[in-house]
Amino acid sequence: MFKHFISLEWKAFLRSASFGTNVAFKIIMGIFAVIIILEFSLLGFFGYNILQEFHLEPLSTVNKFLIYYLVMDLVIRYFLQKMPVMNIRPFLSLPIKRDTVVHFSLGKTVISFFNIIHAFFFIPFTIALFTHGFGFQAVLWLLGITALIYSNNFINILLNNKNSVFYPMLAIVVSLGLAQYYKIFDVTNYTQPFFQGMYSTYYLFLIPLLLAIVTYYFSFDYFKKNLNLDTGLAKKSDEAKTENLTWLNQFGTLGTFLKNDIKLLKRNKRSRTTVIMSFLFIFYGLLFYTKSIEAYNNPAMQVFAGIFVTGGFLFTFGQFIPSWDSSYYQLMMSQNIQYREYISSKWWLMVIGTAISTIIASFYWVFFGWEIYLLIVVGAIYNIGVNSHLVMLGGAFVKTPIDLTMANKAFGDKQAFNFKTVIMLIPKLLVPMGLYALGYYLFSPNIGYLFVALAGVIGFAFRNMVFTKIEKVYKTEKYETIAAYKQKN
Amino acid sequence: MIQVNNLTKRYNLGTMVLNMPNLEIPKGQSFGLVGNNGAGKTTFFSLLLDLIQPSSGHIINNKVQVDKSEAWKPFTAAFIDESFLIGYLTAEEYFYFIGDLRGQNKADVDDLLKKHEEFFNGEILNSKKYLRDLSKGNMKKVGIIATLIGNPEVVILDEPFANLDPTTVNRLKKIIKELAEDPNVTVLVSSHDLVHTVEVCNRIVALHLGEVVKDIQTSPETLKELEAFFAV
Repeated sequence: MFKHFISLEWKAFLRSASFGTNVAFKIIMGIFAVIIILEFSLLGFFGYNILQEFHLEPLSTVNKFLIYYLVMDLVIRYFLQKMPVMNIRPFLSLPIKRDTVVHFSLGKTVISFFNIIHAFFFIPFTIALFTHGFGFQAVLWLLGITALIYSNNFINILLNNKNSVFYPMLAIVVSLGLAQYYKIFDVTNYTQPFFQGMYSTYYLFLIPLLLAIVTYYFSFDYFKKNLNLDTGLAKKSDEAKTENLTWLNQFGTLGTFLKNDIKLLKRNKRSRTTVIMSFLFIFYGLLFYTKSIEAYNNPAMQVFAGIFVTGGFLFTFGQFIPSWDSSYYQLMMSQNIQYREYISSKWWLMVIGTAISTIIASFYWVFFGWEIYLLIVVGAIYNIGVNSHLVMLGGAFVKTPIDLTMANKAFGDKQAFNFKTVIMLIPKLLVPMGLYALGYYLFSPNIGYLFVALAGVIGFAFRNMVFTKIEKVYKTEKYETIAAYKQKN
Repeated sequence: MIQVNNLTKRYNLGTMVLNMPNLEIPKGQSFGLVGNNGAGKTTFFSLLLDLIQPSSGHIINNKVQVDKSEAWKPFTAAFIDESFLIGYLTAEEYFYFIGDLRGQNKADVDDLLKKHEEFFNGEILNSKKYLRDLSKGNMKKVGIIATLIGNPEVVILDEPFANLDPTTVNRLKKIIKELAEDPNVTVLVSSHDLVHTVEVCNRIVALHLGEVVKDIQTSPETLKELEAFFAV
């Protein structure tokens, strides 16, 4: 039976709409993956020697920090790892045991990148242990760690689906973190000996193993219980309220689209996540301006932050224009819609989003002075003038249909945020950074600001030209886009 | 009103899904398209709405070549499937949205909805549900009524009778007949159901594997003729 499932998964992967169209993206992802894998492996192989050079006992040092490693892993998973999605409905009425379906969905997560990646650190590290005269228990230690990683995997599944797991877990992590920070209670004093024990004893590694089994059992149980059309697979429906937003009528057709877009943002899970994400972007600047991270302490990086602080919404929302309307794109294409108005309504939405972010970000003025805030405002100008056009132009080529609802409760993929978001940002950030650095080093910081702002204003002047270009792309890509959006998932 | 010239649609590997050398639908006609699955009904409508590209030839809708200009959009309305609905809107919001695009104010739309209140059977307006949460049948009702907003001159309905309950089918027939009586409105309906189509259309074209195999003005004998054609 598993053989069938695997071949189905393979086909779903190969035949998905995004696979064919985004080869370049896949390659970049691949390169990133290789870099990360290489880094992990090198760290694993040479980590032992590096730690020794600092006169630290390698194994016990690793064991000390292991708890942070695991918590970080869990956090990263929570935001990035997709939940096991499988088209389960068709299997329910077929002669397949429910257990098999659930086992497979869960089993699929076992080979996820988020699990495998750790092996690239821990296996080389274990080999390094052997070469330095550690005993065979190093294998037991490795086994224990692997079990812990997999426990994280299954805990994450529960975290994503059950609020009764998510909130207690969040509370524990936060309170332990605070206790550590204020030196009330150091969790590593207890975890370090335990992890050490996985090496020094023959039996402690069984505890993580047991934990992995238990968490697997719980997620299995959860999934199995929810494997009904009216529970886990049910569409969750909200009570609807008609909103007329009549104040937007004064803007004519533009207002019509804006009304729709506001409802789109408010009423769909996927777009709500985007709004929350862009809100978090505003605080991203704190990392830079508090000077807490040294690498960020140069003028170019400060502009980077300025762009990010105000551009969160612009980037996360803008890159998927027109994919947000993918589920009813055929309607849009057969209605009496002028592309120009459609595009400019989206553009206005991004401008409004950027403006709101800039206003919220005014707290930077209070805490860090007007120079920092000026930087942010300059970033906003650049975002509105240049980046808004760039993201829309890029978005016109993105033909990934967006499932706005992601309503499948237990099996849906809950996280809208993905790597793509990050990768597509890069070119939009380097130019203003370069401009600012140019002005900063050649003349003065103020000239740097001026350069970036000027670029924004110039970009704004080219607005109509860019819109015409985007319109052209929409027209030439029309049939392909319609065809791609028809393909679900 | 609608003129088809040498229209073909083939997909790669050369499979011909539609081949319509010549077809003319005069203004005011109610035009029924029947055929088995894969006969090319939806393909034809999609071409008419410029949702797919013809391999050769073209369609002219009221002097506008649909794949060259968009000027056909203001007077053409269509409901093909659920992808014509905006899932996160309530039915009212959807109607007003379409109304806005078609230059109708709220009062115009309200009038139309009032007229078709019976058709909705009390399950759609003020239902506190977003369109995505409606049943298939109710979605269809919303889509069909939305095509009537703004008095379009060409109304295209793909499989309007499917998924509807018997009462609603009869009500829908009444609506389509009313449209058909208006000399300014050209109605295009596709269906698997010969009885319904014969009842509401004054011309029927049967497609088979992308080719027009029958083109008849409806008469008392039409149904028999069609049934004989599709008999196994």
